[in-house]
Amino acid sequence: MADTLTKEPDYSAGRSVGSLYWAVLRRELLLFFRRRSDLLNPLVFFLLVASLFPLGVSPDPTFLAQVAPGVVWVAALLSTLLSMDGLFRSDFDDGTLEQTLLSPQPMFVVGLAKVSAHWIMTGLPLTLLAPLIAVMLFLPADGMAGLVLTLLLGTPTLSLIGAIGAALTVGLRKGGVLLSLLVLPLYVPVLIFGSSAVQAAINGLPVSGHLALLGAMLALGVVMAPLAIGAALRISVSG
Amino acid sequence: MSGQKKWMPRWFYQLASPRWCYDITGKLLPGFVIAALLLLGVGTVWALLFAPADYQQGNSFRIIYIHVPAAILAQSCYMMMAVAGAIGLIWKMKVADMVAKSCAPIGVSVALLALATGAIWGKPTWGSWWVWDARLTSMLILLFLYLGVIALHSAIENEVTAAQSAAVLSLVGLVNIPIIKYSVEWWNTLHQPATFTLTERPAMPAEMWVPLLVMVIGFYCFFAVSLMLRIRNEILHRERRAGWVRQMIGGE
Repeated sequence: MADTLTKEPDYSAGRSVGSLYWAVLRRELLLFFRRRSDLLNPLVFFLLVASLFPLGVSPDPTFLAQVAPGVVWVAALLSTLLSMDGLFRSDFDDGTLEQTLLSPQPMFVVGLAKVSAHWIMTGLPLTLLAPLIAVMLFLPADGMAGLVLTLLLGTPTLSLIGAIGAALTVGLRKGGVLLSLLVLPLYVPVLIFGSSAVQAAINGLPVSGHLALLGAMLALGVVMAPLAIGAALRISVSG
Repeated sequence: MSGQKKWMPRWFYQLASPRWCYDITGKLLPGFVIAALLLLGVGTVWALLFAPADYQQGNSFRIIYIHVPAAILAQSCYMMMAVAGAIGLIWKMKVADMVAKSCAPIGVSVALLALATGAIWGKPTWGSWWVWDARLTSMLILLFLYLGVIALHSAIENEVTAAQSAAVLSLVGLVNIPIIKYSVEWWNTLHQPATFTLTERPAMPAEMWVPLLVMVIGFYCFFAVSLMLRIRNEILHRERRAGWVRQMIGGE
């Protein structure tokens, strides 16, 4: 017993960062599967918001086809945001987060793994569900591939940015509304390039430029956002 | 300490002391008040009475003398807030936190001023109060970023945690500002290009842009004055239990 306590664990191997990533990812996914209703809620919300638009604006197919890219994107953005609030909440409440911060593991990797798990459980299903909503909104067939591709590249960025907001507000009782206030302005570039790529695809224009920009934002997000998430979690837990 | 090379000037460390900061702002304040009053007074009279009218927009263009300085100031104020926040995060300087906190409300008011004057100018020029134009939209988003920082700051009770969280948020915003700016610009633009750039001569004649420059500098001086007043207030509030504050308030 004493031997295991005094022995310094080997963190030097590059393998340990990878295994940390997989361990956190597996744990998060397992937790998500145990709470299946949490998994379903953002998807139901996504469908609901998208179906409010024809009711509220107009059921006319030509009009809906025009607004479809924007509506699908805004709905995806809002449901990502909705699911964001719980990302660190339960870990914060039961003290797991504090233990993770105290451990000698890099928060960068832990944050990245948590966001990856969140994306697999919300962003990916949203992307897969989007064509269904797009058909309901009469999105022209030319735009379908563009829609799925942009969502595939854009939703991870949304998860990364949202996680920063979630980390900043995790210690607060009423973080929900505040979270959207912090995060929504930062979502603007993703929304712009995402929906305009779909629009370009419908008009028969090349979309590779838009996709490249979305990819660039994702790359920037993967490199920078976990740093901010780690710093924000440290502040939230210590405060 | 003796052998170690100091890589930061002495005043930088002195700024960390609230008392020193209170004293130095007290000395600087009168100068900036005079400069702000003088520049804003001269600039306003020059701009409204003596600058020539625009050949297309007539006299309505004169709102530029408020609109452009406010817009420039709104952006630099955010920059200052983020940099001060970063200094506060890295060196744990209380004064830097106070600067960051004081910047936010000023930023909101100048951003609002820029949006309001933009709307008033847009009515005669473009024919509508609001256009979903790139610059207007990015100024609106800047306003939302400011409001987010303020909301986060006021939601957290612990003063230190609030300052740190707000600093992280404003740094994230700082990375995003250029992205937002260019994405919105490619998305839709109707606005005229920037009046002042560092690399080119202004497209306007000198009689028009010189008063504008005076107004811009005047706005910066005004910003300095209101920032210093806010910081002094904040210092007194936070150091209210310190000996020197008690002595000063009790002694006078």
